[in-house]
Amino acid sequence: MSTTTVTAPAARRAVSGKKTDPLRARRRRRLSQWGFIAPAVVFMLLFFGYPLVRNVVMSFQHYSPSTFFDGKAPFNGTDNWSKVFKDDLFGKALWHTIVFTIGSLIGQFGVGLALAVFFTKRFPLNGFLRSLILLPWLVPMVVSGIVWRRILDQDTGVLNSFADTLGLGGHTPWLTSPGMALFSVILVNIWIGIPFNMVILYGGLQEIPKELYEAASLDGASAWRTFRSITLPLLKPVITVVLVLGFMSTIKILDLILALTDGGPADSTQTLGTLTYQNSFVQLDFGAGAVVGNVLILISAVFAVFYLRANRSEGK
Amino acid sequence: MTTTHPSVAQKPRRRWGATVAGAVILCVMLFPLYWMINTALQPESGLLEVSPVPHSLDLSGFTSALSEQGGHLLTSLAVALGAVVICLAIAAPAAYGLAQFKLPGTKSIVFGTLITQMVPGIVIANALYSAYVDLGLVNSYFGLMLADASLGIPFAIVLMRSFMVAIPKEVIEAAEVDGASKLRTFVQVVLPMSRNSLITAGLFSFLYAWSDFMFALTLNTTDDVKPVTLGIYQYIGAHVGDWGSVMAAAVLSAIPAAVLLVLAQKYIAAGITGGSVK
Repeated sequence: MSTTTVTAPAARRAVSGKKTDPLRARRRRRLSQWGFIAPAVVFMLLFFGYPLVRNVVMSFQHYSPSTFFDGKAPFNGTDNWSKVFKDDLFGKALWHTIVFTIGSLIGQFGVGLALAVFFTKRFPLNGFLRSLILLPWLVPMVVSGIVWRRILDQDTGVLNSFADTLGLGGHTPWLTSPGMALFSVILVNIWIGIPFNMVILYGGLQEIPKELYEAASLDGASAWRTFRSITLPLLKPVITVVLVLGFMSTIKILDLILALTDGGPADSTQTLGTLTYQNSFVQLDFGAGAVVGNVLILISAVFAVFYLRANRSEGK
Repeated sequence: MTTTHPSVAQKPRRRWGATVAGAVILCVMLFPLYWMINTALQPESGLLEVSPVPHSLDLSGFTSALSEQGGHLLTSLAVALGAVVICLAIAAPAAYGLAQFKLPGTKSIVFGTLITQMVPGIVIANALYSAYVDLGLVNSYFGLMLADASLGIPFAIVLMRSFMVAIPKEVIEAAEVDGASKLRTFVQVVLPMSRNSLITAGLFSFLYAWSDFMFALTLNTTDDVKPVTLGIYQYIGAHVGDWGSVMAAAVLSAIPAAVLLVLAQKYIAAGITGGSVK
């Protein structure tokens, strides 16, 4: 490192044959280096930094359908905040978000881990089958949602007609009854999340030294014991990352819910994400939308801290 | 692969057992995709049940999907490609700078990049909409490309940076001693060496932009710029009975993903693990 900073400018000066004083050369060098990074910094400030700040400001402004014609969004103190918090829907949406996120995470992670362990076995076509399982993850989420909406249709969906054939009663209102809808949406999201969980956990499993398993089998450890005492502890950093990433992507899901239920029936699948959308883009009350959005950010921020800590311990 | 050694003669059979189990798992996992294709190939069924296999190939779903969604597919393609270009043009130099230059503050920039991956998209859209109205970017291709590029940029920076850190300092110094400018070194030495990570980052930003629904939904108020994700979503509102066409459109929208999976398997696996864990 020390040689880099000393020799490179000197060499360049010799080549160009110009006399520049070292301080200015260094400053110019720095400036050209910043040139590489600056566009990304500017972009991220505009597309991430600005919205974060703007949302806080917007949450204290009164937006109405006419705002975007006359440009008037007067400040109204904490009106938006008290309005949102007093509304029952906010509490419901918060609760649904918690249930949706935790339910999805448990399902995705459980099945993903089971599949990852399964695919560590050596068998013919392993790699082929493993890569095909990725497919659902690569299909646009809104499209997956629409396909599932067809499958889960109460009267004409294939799931109910299949259950009917098996004599399990074929009229489950998967998406049309308030009691079932959230459960169904979670189920679909589990399906979507399995490939991602599986791939990352599979990668983590590959890193565990094979000798440890050989030693365990020499000691006569049972499969379960081996899993608990070797696999789980050594997989822990990867597990943390998977769970935090899963959390981050689940808590902000909007496409899937809009495609499956549009937040209904009777708001039973309304989450903080869909509520932000409803407030801002359906009712054009961007102030209220910003309030819900800020709550969403706050929750995400708590987990961002977890993610960064997990990332640091994973890094070195 | 198959062994003739007597002591392990039993093994191949047991191995095929696992293959069968794997195939069953795959069938369950891919059933919805099968159903999507199956429904797409059946004649307009109204609200009737769909038969388990298409009896005769009926492509009318595809013809009507193409005529109604074909333009939106092209829009998706244009927007996604534009987003990839913007994404790589911004992320690649930044990844290089963050990997190789010793500048004050680069650590906090990397930190910031990680943080941005956690900002919920709807929150961004909420603020972006009013800014877009002021800037005249609502209902514009460029506006949507920019917003979609934001989905891939943090990921691309993290991914390419972790790759470019490994480029030996000597290689870069050698180029500079030869008199190459910073930019030339980057274009002629660093970029070719980072080809794989560029492809992976490009692939993923394409997929992110292609799958985007939220920005398409929120940053457009007219039908001028309508990607296929938004097209299909509005399609089910208008054609509840015509699932054949809806599913045909869904199949068409899923094709890029399938093609990418086949063409770039190794990059995709590398991207999922590399970009998120490291």
